[in-house]
Amino acid sequence: MTERTRIPLHRDPKVRAILVQVLAAVVVGYGFYSLFQTTVDNLVARGIQTGTSFFDEVAPFQIGFTPFFDYTLGESKYIDVFFVGIQNTILVAVLGIIAATLLGFFIGVIRLSPNWLVSRGALVYIEVFRNVPLLLQIMFWNFAIFLPTLPAPKNSIAMGAFYLNARGFHTPLPVIENTTGVAIWIALLTVLGIGLLMFARRAKVRFEETGQRLPVLWISLAVLIIGGYIFYLVSGSPLSFDEPVLGRFNFKGGGQLPLPLFSLWFALTLYTSAFIAENVRAGIQSVSHGQTEAAYALGLSRKNTVNLVTIPQALRVIIPPTISQYLNLTKNSSLAVAVGYEELVAVWAGITLNQTGQALVIIGMTVAVYECLSLLTSFVLNWYNKRIQLTER
Amino acid sequence: MTTDTHMASAELGDTIIKIDELNKWYGQFHVLKDINLDVKRGERIVICGPSGSGKSTLIRCINRLETHQEGSIVVDGIELTEDTKHINDIRREVGMVFQHFNLFPHLTVLENCTLAPIWVRKSPKREAEDIAMRYLERVKIPEQANKYPGQLSGGQQQRVAIARSLCMNPRVMLFDEPTSALDPEMIAEVLDVMVGLAEDGMTMLCVTHEMGFARKVANRVIFMDGGQIVEQNQPEEFFNNPQNDRTQLFLSQILQH
Amino acid sequence: MSEVKIFVPAPDRLPPSNTLGPIAWVRENLFGSIISSIATLLFFYLFFSYVPPFLEWALIKANWTGTDRSVCEANTAGACWTFINVRLEQILFGLYFASKPEELWRPTLIFVLFFALLLPLLFERTPGKKWLSIILLGVFPVVFYFIVYGGSFGIPQSNTTQWGGFLLTFALAFVGILLALPIGILLALGRRSEMPVIRSICVIYIEFWRGTPLITILFMASVMLPLFFPAGVEFDKVVRAMIGITMFQSAYTAEAVRGGLAAIPKGQAEAAMALGLGYWRRTVFITLPQALKISIPSIVNTFIALFKDTSLVSIIGLLDLLNMAQTAARSVEWKGYDIEGYLFAGFIYWAFCYGMSRYSQNLEQKLDTDRRN
Repeated sequence: MTERTRIPLHRDPKVRAILVQVLAAVVVGYGFYSLFQTTVDNLVARGIQTGTSFFDEVAPFQIGFTPFFDYTLGESKYIDVFFVGIQNTILVAVLGIIAATLLGFFIGVIRLSPNWLVSRGALVYIEVFRNVPLLLQIMFWNFAIFLPTLPAPKNSIAMGAFYLNARGFHTPLPVIENTTGVAIWIALLTVLGIGLLMFARRAKVRFEETGQRLPVLWISLAVLIIGGYIFYLVSGSPLSFDEPVLGRFNFKGGGQLPLPLFSLWFALTLYTSAFIAENVRAGIQSVSHGQTEAAYALGLSRKNTVNLVTIPQALRVIIPPTISQYLNLTKNSSLAVAVGYEELVAVWAGITLNQTGQALVIIGMTVAVYECLSLLTSFVLNWYNKRIQLTER
Repeated sequence: MTTDTHMASAELGDTIIKIDELNKWYGQFHVLKDINLDVKRGERIVICGPSGSGKSTLIRCINRLETHQEGSIVVDGIELTEDTKHINDIRREVGMVFQHFNLFPHLTVLENCTLAPIWVRKSPKREAEDIAMRYLERVKIPEQANKYPGQLSGGQQQRVAIARSLCMNPRVMLFDEPTSALDPEMIAEVLDVMVGLAEDGMTMLCVTHEMGFARKVANRVIFMDGGQIVEQNQPEEFFNNPQNDRTQLFLSQILQH
Repeated sequence: MSEVKIFVPAPDRLPPSNTLGPIAWVRENLFGSIISSIATLLFFYLFFSYVPPFLEWALIKANWTGTDRSVCEANTAGACWTFINVRLEQILFGLYFASKPEELWRPTLIFVLFFALLLPLLFERTPGKKWLSIILLGVFPVVFYFIVYGGSFGIPQSNTTQWGGFLLTFALAFVGILLALPIGILLALGRRSEMPVIRSICVIYIEFWRGTPLITILFMASVMLPLFFPAGVEFDKVVRAMIGITMFQSAYTAEAVRGGLAAIPKGQAEAAMALGLGYWRRTVFITLPQALKISIPSIVNTFIALFKDTSLVSIIGLLDLLNMAQTAARSVEWKGYDIEGYLFAGFIYWAFCYGMSRYSQNLEQKLDTDRRN
């Protein structure tokens, strides 16, 4: 009988692994703890008690642009500043994502055009906007192009009831005059919508039974627009529009997109669309040539081949990196500080931090917001990837 | 492929594909030279030759996956030109099976087969599915109808590809090295399907290295080299009495094992 | 056996004349269909509406010489490159070096040295690439320190706060890349570790730095770094930015290296294990070299992003290339010439980023074909 030899502790891999991990945990944990303590002490030395009590203090500064929340100078508290910041970040992010997606897909598709000029033109666009820092682009558009060239409010560029000037973009805002009228209108629209859904379902059944197709999308769009307008008149035109009116120095009334927001949105769109265009191009090219050949060999038209064979497969490759680009765009909106747009970093980690000195809390909260957005994006990506997994052996 | 007996030829009909003085260039490179070919309805033609000889390019010209610069191709009375209407009409009547199957991975087997009938022939979905199931039974894999291509073996995928083409009811079937990408044990199942098609009278042009298949099924074997048709003959004559030095060289190389 | 015929192949001919040559190319690529023709015409219209006037403004009628704005004001039809000319040293090297012409040789020498080391590395056939890389990554920083930072060998000291313009941008990017690489490699290895604590620490680190915008990190570094350490420990602003940039960049580098590590077949590590090599030996000699080679294109992409991101330090008040150009354009002397400032700085950024991007694309293609063979 051989006796089982004991492995000396320092050579036993399990023991070593445990030791290493305990050591790492202790070092990291102690590091963070002492960092935290020192920071709190340093803050106290500067007369700042780390805490969240300042949330309820009144903020001594104005925030000009808050489309959805109310902000009143002298009443709103610091915590309101935080939420206004988040609102503005989300606003510019959503507007940017929509515009960048539309533009990016367009450029990506024409990058593959058989027309040499068009495809090279798209290439130039992509290579120029991708390779110049976003901050420079934002500042260029805002300070070198828009600010100097757009006119003063007195001489605004007028497009119907819309006005563009160096302060921003003024639009009419709808105002509800007659709440019952609006309710009737919405009810009618809902009925119309349900009717269109039923129509779409019937059209699909008809297609499966007889092989004949109806242009459901175009018909629905036309019906929605024409019907929607008729219903609007029928319910007594219950909306009026608050139009911007030129006062002594500036426009009053209506909605206003401040120029910083416009410049930021413009630059973010151009910059991100270049990356999305590259994703789109790579996605389309990833569909192997044999797929389109097989579709053509079966007699499928070019349009049907693109819709039924190329796009479904290309989208699988396009969507994940594009979702990452959406996150990048949201993070990049933090450069608003350079043009004075009041989003989260500018008003919270900028002005509020200067005013209160509560570095730990403020920066912690800012970082937490973006980390949450990142986590959310990761979940969406993972969910999408699982869903579209091609079933394989 | 155990039997050596050659399949009895059905009555051959009129000319279904007529290729006249076909010439094709890739840039400056002359890849098809003065090809003349008459294919009769019901005929089974095997095209062989060394790689780079242009055999795949030739059959790909027939359904306009490749364009030709000189000469004419007429399929079932329709001339193949730039005119997209002619091209689509021809593609509807000509089926093609690819070396790498090219099944649509995001659609089930059944959907692969019903896609073209629904969108090109405007068949109602139920009818398309009935036809598809019939052909899937014909190629002996009806039970895979709701699986995805990624779940099937190579041989099964190629059989689905054949069924997919047949669902369009083509008059001619083109095969571009259909068994070259298959593991050896799956080649037989695909060749059996092709033999079955031939027995039913399908007009076939087949680019392949499977000489046993050629011997059994083909009316004519065509040997191509350097973009030209070097020799064509009935299989017996072709294999036993090659007339050209090139043909002899080629046959000696591939018939060794 | 009948007589064997000798096959005479037909001669190669040239394709029909209307399929070759420039006219055929134009017909196919520019006017291939109705839509294509319309697009071509639209393109030419836009091109000739905007490009010649721009070229006229930027090159033909531009002002290149002179010492003050009177030259530019006399000729407003052209760009004022005089401004760039006069402020060139500032924009390239920062205020300190620009104000001391006798010290200009220092940053100039460093740049010349850098390009002399870098350019051969970009060409495939250069021999001794490994040595060049080692010199670039190991010896060059030391030379940089002694010449630009100075303080020894009779060279007056200029500490980091005095660097500016492109010199500062370069220093930030270079230090960021240099330090982020080893940290990123360690993180990537740690993320693949089988020890859960190590793996978690690495994952949290990587996801943390990747999840927040660089500007927040720069604010963090700028405002909070002094708070992290007991009073008395001083960090100058540039060093704080460097620390922030390095940590940010290390997370992205870690992900790039992780991709390379994942692409190495498991058999490599197994073969090394079978030969008796321990973890560190087989990682350093077998796995890492292969992984790094594969991940070079990804790493270069992170460098491009980093180079662009250095411009963010202008927000925390550092006078990098962007800020220098902007400040010069807003000075009393040169007010109103913002466009020229941005165009010049933008061009420098673009040239570097586009160059690196082309290099990375070529490398990727080459690595793809290498692997396929």
